[in-house]
Amino acid sequence: MAKYILKRFIYMIVTVFIIATLTFFLMNLLPGSPFNEERTTNEAVQRNLEAHYHLDEPLVVQYVLYLKSIVTLDFGPSIKQPTETVNSLLGRGFPISAELGIWTILIALISGVALGVFAALKHNGVIDYIAMTIAVLGISIPNFVLATLLIQQLAVNLGVLPAATWSSPQHMVLPIVALATGPMAIIARLTRSSMLETLTQDYIKMARAKGLSPAKIIVKHALKNALMPVVTILGTLLAGVLTGTFVIEKIFAIPGMGKYFVEGINQRDYPVIMGTTVFYSAFLVLMLFLVDIAYGILDPRIKLHKEGGK
Amino acid sequence: MIPAKKQNEETPHSSIPDEWFKPKEKNTEDAESVVRPSLSYWEDAWRRLRQNKLAMSGLIFLILLGVMAVIGPWISPHDVDTQNLPNQNQAPSLTHWFGTDELGRDVFTRTWYGARISLFVGLMAALIDFFIGVAYGGLSGYKGGRTDNIMMRIIEILYGLPYLLVVILLLVVMGPSLLTIIIALTVTGWVGMARIVRGQVLQLKHNEFVMASQSFGAKTKRIIQKNLLPNTMGPIIVQMTLTVPTAIFAEAFLSFLGLGIQSPFASWGMMANDALGVILSGDWWRLFFPAFFISATMFAFNVLGDGLQDALDPKLRR
Repeated sequence: MAKYILKRFIYMIVTVFIIATLTFFLMNLLPGSPFNEERTTNEAVQRNLEAHYHLDEPLVVQYVLYLKSIVTLDFGPSIKQPTETVNSLLGRGFPISAELGIWTILIALISGVALGVFAALKHNGVIDYIAMTIAVLGISIPNFVLATLLIQQLAVNLGVLPAATWSSPQHMVLPIVALATGPMAIIARLTRSSMLETLTQDYIKMARAKGLSPAKIIVKHALKNALMPVVTILGTLLAGVLTGTFVIEKIFAIPGMGKYFVEGINQRDYPVIMGTTVFYSAFLVLMLFLVDIAYGILDPRIKLHKEGGK
Repeated sequence: MIPAKKQNEETPHSSIPDEWFKPKEKNTEDAESVVRPSLSYWEDAWRRLRQNKLAMSGLIFLILLGVMAVIGPWISPHDVDTQNLPNQNQAPSLTHWFGTDELGRDVFTRTWYGARISLFVGLMAALIDFFIGVAYGGLSGYKGGRTDNIMMRIIEILYGLPYLLVVILLLVVMGPSLLTIIIALTVTGWVGMARIVRGQVLQLKHNEFVMASQSFGAKTKRIIQKNLLPNTMGPIIVQMTLTVPTAIFAEAFLSFLGLGIQSPFASWGMMANDALGVILSGDWWRLFFPAFFISATMFAFNVLGDGLQDALDPKLRR
C-alpha cells in the first residue's frame, strides 16, 4: 500500500511539474513582453519594470524562479488589474467556486446513484426507460446550453428563480442544476450497468436465499459493490465539473475562480492564465491522487503492488 | 406431430400408419448445405444495429445533418456573413427561415455553416486520434516489456493532464482558428484510443494466427496492420464514434468562451454565446437553433455509439 501511494504521489508531482513547465514555455513563446504595449514607458522605467519581474534574466533563471514561485504558492501579479495579484483573485474566487463544485458533485452523486439503482431494479421497465432517456439527454446537452435554456425558461419566462449572481440559496439552484445534470447522467448510466451485473452475482442469490430483506440486499450487498466503478470516474467527473464552472460562472455572473479565468483569457492577462491553469491542474491532479488511493482502500480485490494488464 | 383428435380414439397406436416408421431415404446431395446464409462479423453487426431503433434514428439524423451541412448554405439565398442591419433580430419568416441575428445575418445559413464546423472538427479529431492512438497503442501492446512500460508511463502522465485546461492553454498561445482547435483537441485526445488498442492487442497477440504470421517472417508493422488491427476494429469504431461528440462539445465550449471559431464565421457555440446577450428580449430563435443542433448532434452520436457498442461487442454475440 505504502509503495502504491508513493508511486501515485511521484506521478502527481511529475504531472504538476510537466503542466507547470508546459505553461511556462508556451507562454514564453508568445511575442512581446507584458510591458511594451499601448502606453509607451520610457527606457529606464521599462528596464526597472523588467528587472522587478526578473524579465531581464536569462530564460533558465526565470524558469527556476517560476518553479520556486509555484512551490511557494505565489503566482504573481495580474497585468491588467494592477491592484490585484493572482493570489488575491484565487483567494476571493476559489471559495465560491468550491461551494458550487461541492454542491454539484453531491447532488450529481445522490441523484445519479438513485436513478441508476431504480433503473437497474426495474430493468427494461418503464422507470428504466425513462431514467436512461434522461441520462442520454443529460450527456448530450452541453452544460452551457442547459444553463441558457434554464435561464430563458425558468428565470425570464416564468420568473420563478433568479437568473444570476450568487447571493442566496435560490440563486444557487439554476447553476447547480445546469452543472450537475451531465455528471448525474454519467453516474446514473454507470450505476445502472454495474448494478445489473452485481445483481446476477452468486452472493446476491445467497443473500436472498438467507432470507434477507430486499432493501438490505440492495443497499448492503449490491450497491456497495456496484459503486466501485463510480469511484473510479469521480476524478474525471471532477475535471468536467471544474471546467464546467468556467462557463457556468460566466453565464450566471458568479464571482468565482472560473469567471476570473475566463476574463483573464479574454483580456489575455497571461499571469492570471498561467497561475490559474497551474493551480487548477495541481488541484485536479491532487483530487485524482486521492480518488486513486480511496479506490485502493475501498476495493481489496485490486492488487496495488502489481501493474494490471489492462 | 400426431393430430390431437387421434388421442381420443380407442386404440390410438393402431391409427399411426406404418410408413411413418420407415427410415427416411438418405439425402447425399443436401447434407452439406447450410440452412441459413452465413453472416460475416460486419453483416451480423449491421443486422443487430438495424434492429436498434434509437441508434438507427441517430444514424439517419447524422446523415441528414451531413447532407444539410453540405447543401444548406448553398440552397439558402443569404450569405453566411452578409450583414443587413435593418433586418436585425427578425423572427423566423419565409425570407429568413430561422430568423436573423443582431447584425441581420441569416440564422438558417449560419446554422448549417455551424454544422460544417462541428462535423469537421468532430470527424477530424476522431480521425487523428485514430491514427496516433492505433499506432501508439498497437506498438506498445505488441512490443510489450520495457517498450510498453515506458510508453504506458508517458500515457499515464498525459492522462492525468486536465483535457480542457490544456486545450485552453494551447489555444491562448496558438490563437483561435479551426486548425489550432483541431491540433489542441488531438494533442492529448488520442490517449484514450491508445489505451483501448493496447488492451485489445495484449489480448490478441498470443493467438496462433499471430504466431503463424511471425513464423513466416512478417514484420511488426505488417502484423499490427494485417493481423491485430482488423480484429480490434469493433472497439476502435465505438471509441471513434464517442470521440466525435466530445470534440463537438469541446469546440462549442471553446467558441462559447470566445476561444474558438471567430466571427464572421459561424459555429454553434458562438451562436449560443451571442444569443445569451439577447435572452431577455425574448428572441427565442437565436438560442433555440444552435442549442437544438448541438444537443441533437451529440445525442445522435451518443446513441449511435451505444448501439455500435452493443452491435460490435463480441461478448454479446451468441
